[in-house]
Amino acid sequence: MSRIPLSALIGLFLTGTFFFVAIFAQWLGPYGLNEIAGDVWEEPSRTFLLGTDTVGRDLLSRMIYGAQVTIFIATMATILSFVTGSILGFSAAVIGGWYDQVLSRLVDLFMSIPSLILALVILSVMQVSIPVLIIVMGLLDSTRVYRLARAVAVDIAVMDYVEAAKLRGEGTGWIIFREILPNALSPLVAELGLRFIFAVLFVSTLSFLGLGVQPPLADWGGIVKENKDGLVYGISAALLPAFAIAALAISVNLVADWVLNRTTSLKGGRGA
Amino acid sequence: MLDIAGKPLLDIRNLKIGATVYPPGERPRDVTLVHGVSLTVEKGKVLGLIGESGAGKSTIGLASMAYGRGGVRITGGEVFVNGRDILKGGTAGLRALRGREVTYVSQSAAASFNPAKRLMEQVIESCLTHGVMPKAEAEKRAVTLFRKLGLPNPETFGDRYPHQVSGGQLQRAMTAMALCPKPDLVVFDEPTTALDVTTQIDVLMAIKEAIRDTGVAALYITHDLAVVAQVSDDIMVLRNGKTVEWGTTDQIINAPREPYTQALVSVRSHEHPEKPPAAEPVLTVEAVTARYRSVPIDVLKNVSVEIAPGRTLAVVGESGSGKSTLARAITGLLPPTRGRIRFAGRQLSNDLAGRTKDDLREMQMIYQMADVAMNPRQTVGTIIGRPLEFYFGLRGAERDKRVQELLDQIEMGKGFADRYPAELSGGQKQRVCIARSLAAKPKLIICDEVTSALDPLVAEGILKLLLDLQAQENVAYLFITHDLATVRAIADSIAVMYKGEVVRYGPKSDVLAPPFDNYTDLLLSSVPEMRLGWLEEVIAHRKMESAGN
Repeated sequence: MSRIPLSALIGLFLTGTFFFVAIFAQWLGPYGLNEIAGDVWEEPSRTFLLGTDTVGRDLLSRMIYGAQVTIFIATMATILSFVTGSILGFSAAVIGGWYDQVLSRLVDLFMSIPSLILALVILSVMQVSIPVLIIVMGLLDSTRVYRLARAVAVDIAVMDYVEAAKLRGEGTGWIIFREILPNALSPLVAELGLRFIFAVLFVSTLSFLGLGVQPPLADWGGIVKENKDGLVYGISAALLPAFAIAALAISVNLVADWVLNRTTSLKGGRGA
Repeated sequence: MLDIAGKPLLDIRNLKIGATVYPPGERPRDVTLVHGVSLTVEKGKVLGLIGESGAGKSTIGLASMAYGRGGVRITGGEVFVNGRDILKGGTAGLRALRGREVTYVSQSAAASFNPAKRLMEQVIESCLTHGVMPKAEAEKRAVTLFRKLGLPNPETFGDRYPHQVSGGQLQRAMTAMALCPKPDLVVFDEPTTALDVTTQIDVLMAIKEAIRDTGVAALYITHDLAVVAQVSDDIMVLRNGKTVEWGTTDQIINAPREPYTQALVSVRSHEHPEKPPAAEPVLTVEAVTARYRSVPIDVLKNVSVEIAPGRTLAVVGESGSGKSTLARAITGLLPPTRGRIRFAGRQLSNDLAGRTKDDLREMQMIYQMADVAMNPRQTVGTIIGRPLEFYFGLRGAERDKRVQELLDQIEMGKGFADRYPAELSGGQKQRVCIARSLAAKPKLIICDEVTSALDPLVAEGILKLLLDLQAQENVAYLFITHDLATVRAIADSIAVMYKGEVVRYGPKSDVLAPPFDNYTDLLLSSVPEMRLGWLEEVIAHRKMESAGN
């Protein structure tokens, strides 16, 4: 671990900052989430570093609390999608036959419907809560992970070492977790960075459309929604969450690139 | 054209070639691949470049066209073609040179032809691009070359697509492509290595005659000394990017000076004394017939063989003869449609799923490509240790001790257990695969072309190791190979396969003694021998064509 490239250090620092802020939001926010502290749409000042929002709440505090909600939902949804998607994808590649056919066609079916529309339909008939959001997002996203995992695993499953494991009499569990998973990690890690950001965007989009995180909680998409009218008057409050999303996206992917580089090494990450 | 009388056609002086490697997660560093090699080729002569993988022979071959493959750079020296230093000619000069004065024949013709275009279009392409001759004339020349190279129906051969001709024919079409623009020099880069022995000699003969008739000079790159001895006038032996020895073919073959060349020349002469068959066979294959799903042709037809404990049965034949399919049928990966397999005194289930753990343990397999036969993410310790854990329940220190014993047995010693496969050489990888199969204490090991991907000297070491282990452990080998020199070195009995059938089967001394059936005769006579004039003798007395031709 002695040499971490500069880009990864920057990425690690920024990602770390985002997660730190998200975890300790309750202590970091200068004002309460829904505390009306000033006037409507005040300019940034000493008291309100980023100004105030449409009803006079401190925007910085709302961004900090928003980070907590956004990052929590996106992280949980990504974990859920990767666990289900990759396990199902790997097992489809190893077991094959009917199992593979049924799963793959089912996934095709779900992928043929635009996921935003599908999510809107499901969320509009259900009581929206954070667990429901996470499950809907996670399962919808897992179809993409399934496709990738299956495609990668099909290539690995025909390698001689997998055949050697089968000839040894190993079970499906060993083959999936010990032979295939370590070799499929690189593309999956690359995908993980991207998927996390898609999840952030997805939950923001849902909140913007009013079907995501519900008041009194707020996330970045919700903040954009509340302040979008200000854009007409040249008030930049709605753009701040967008900047936050972009910064998070880039920093997470800088880290993912570095992890990718390490997992690609076939020498266990040590020198030649 | 310049007056070049008295000057060599190709003159390489003190050539240095380097590359930058980018190990993942590490700083890029420069490596030197060729350390100052000098050579000359006279007009109409053939120089053979020979060496193991990594010797730099292909790199030098491509340097004669001022080309570096995949980031390889020419870092020093001079390359004169027809008296001009091509390294100083710039891009325009190179464009005029490549495909006109110097042409190239690659190892894998199948990967080098554009599958969407007809052969004729590709063969005459460089003639047209360089404006050597008009289209009609170029096509006429191509047909003449097709005929000279012994291709079937030379008039219409060019109308076919690459996938419609066999590998040997495609390799000859590529030779025609290289000769078409009347070049001064052709670089042949392992042109017959990917072919079966029986196909190889046809292609070799065709190339040799074409070189003679067109008066072109050639660089012939190969790792097989016996092959290069047939076509070249001079031979240069390379190792690790340095010249080991450079002399006439006669001198290199018959009076090598350097110890390394001597080792290369004598590598194929090892012979293993045949052991008498033991009473009770460990494996009996009875009338096995097998086919792949959705292909209505039997790939194995009524195959019956048996192996005694501690003995080696060599299965030989060209590609497509069903040798590897036989291994898959025996291991249960491809359940036979008919026939029975008896192993260690019991009847084996035809299907892999129906076999017991002991059935699986006692029959192990070693693969051709050790690279892909080991999980690149597992250390050597895990790779060898897993069968110990899985079959015998060994754990912790006990397991590590046994792993070390096995490593000692394959002559690799301490410090290897923590390494990853990427940190091993080709021969070491194959040794680890041997240790992994040995860890299961098997009664039979199926060896599928285990030495064909290795350099000759390394392969010899592996064969010797296998024989030693057989003496220690009394394990039987089913040894699949296309190389008869390997068969002589290891087999007790031999089964010759041709188009899915066993055409000749018995103890080694019987199978390799006349009278031969036509196919065995073809196979035996096709193995290149390390003496001058061998190729002409063989061609003169052949009885049949190979299947892949």
